[in-house]
Amino acid sequence: MSVTLSPVEPSIEPSIAGVGDYIALMKPRVMSLVVFTALVGLLVAPGHVHPVIGFAALLCIAVGAGAAGALNMWYDADIDARMDRTAGRPIPAGRLLPGEALGFGLTLAGFSVVTLGLLVNVVAAALLALTIAFYVVVYTIWLKRRTPQNIVIGGAAGALPPMIGWAAATGSIAIEPALLFLIIFFWTPPHFWALSLYRAEDYARAGVPMLPVVAGVAETRRQILLYTLLLAPLGAAPWLLGYAGALYGVVALAAGAAMIALALRVRTERHGHAAAKQMFAFSILYLFLLFAILLVDRLAGGLFGHFTA
Amino acid sequence: MTTKSETMDEFTKQPMRERKPEAGIRLTEKQQRARRARSIAIAVSLGVLVILFYIVTLVKGPGVLVRPL
Repeated sequence: MSVTLSPVEPSIEPSIAGVGDYIALMKPRVMSLVVFTALVGLLVAPGHVHPVIGFAALLCIAVGAGAAGALNMWYDADIDARMDRTAGRPIPAGRLLPGEALGFGLTLAGFSVVTLGLLVNVVAAALLALTIAFYVVVYTIWLKRRTPQNIVIGGAAGALPPMIGWAAATGSIAIEPALLFLIIFFWTPPHFWALSLYRAEDYARAGVPMLPVVAGVAETRRQILLYTLLLAPLGAAPWLLGYAGALYGVVALAAGAAMIALALRVRTERHGHAAAKQMFAFSILYLFLLFAILLVDRLAGGLFGHFTA
Repeated sequence: MTTKSETMDEFTKQPMRERKPEAGIRLTEKQQRARRARSIAIAVSLGVLVILFYIVTLVKGPGVLVRPL
């Protein structure tokens, strides 16, 4: 049985897209951070989650994140083609048609949200739907090409996964996952602006109004420092507010101090972007460290009745 | 009534017979391999989904039908 492809463009060649191209559409590296932060949200939540339900929740969150990635690549194919960092993605490289990515993304989005709702709970499913919609519609379609605040507001999408994890475990939301949301939310701007400092030419060529392109390098460095000064105490907040133990407090303070030190170095950097690159790399470690220690702290703390509900 | 169904047949079947010898799009070796890989991936995904729903049903028991909003 032969299948007729795309009735819109009958001259188009049948697809040679492999499974790997579809996996690339799901942005596996972003997905891994999403799954990790969602896992922490799930495990630090009070009460017991059956491992199978927890696994189902994480799988749905991972697929939902993949859907958001695919829809982002569908919409941004023109931008991606003009940037070195993204020119090799499946659509600009010509291995996939935009319509294929759109269909793939919508299918995954629908399945992930519905499955999360059926297998886990409706609150988590609603949050996952909100996350995908926010990333695709608010960030990708509305903000990315219009304002240098794109990643600031759009960062909310990346900050939601711990809340989805928490909601998957409890069926509700609370202050603690909101804190985790705020940590990622204020982490996103210094993280991406550090990257954009040494990718400014790329963004300028693609016409994306990233902060260094629109406001200049000096202003970007100042903003990175300002956000890092907000981030460091926020990172320690779970300890300050009594949600996490001393181990978390020590690590959060030390890592926060390191982030501020790096931001100061970025601020005073005059030649090249060595400090910005360091800041970008360390920011990933920072977030990973905070969440990992929070997890360790909570799992160990549970033994001493640190948090029982 | 019979004439109507006959003309319907005329319209639907005639072009189909004419098209058959053309054989449509011929996939190259590479395209066929890619399609096969994609088909297998879809089958595996569906299998995982079925198993997931099955296991969760076992885990939740009768509670699987209880969905408070």
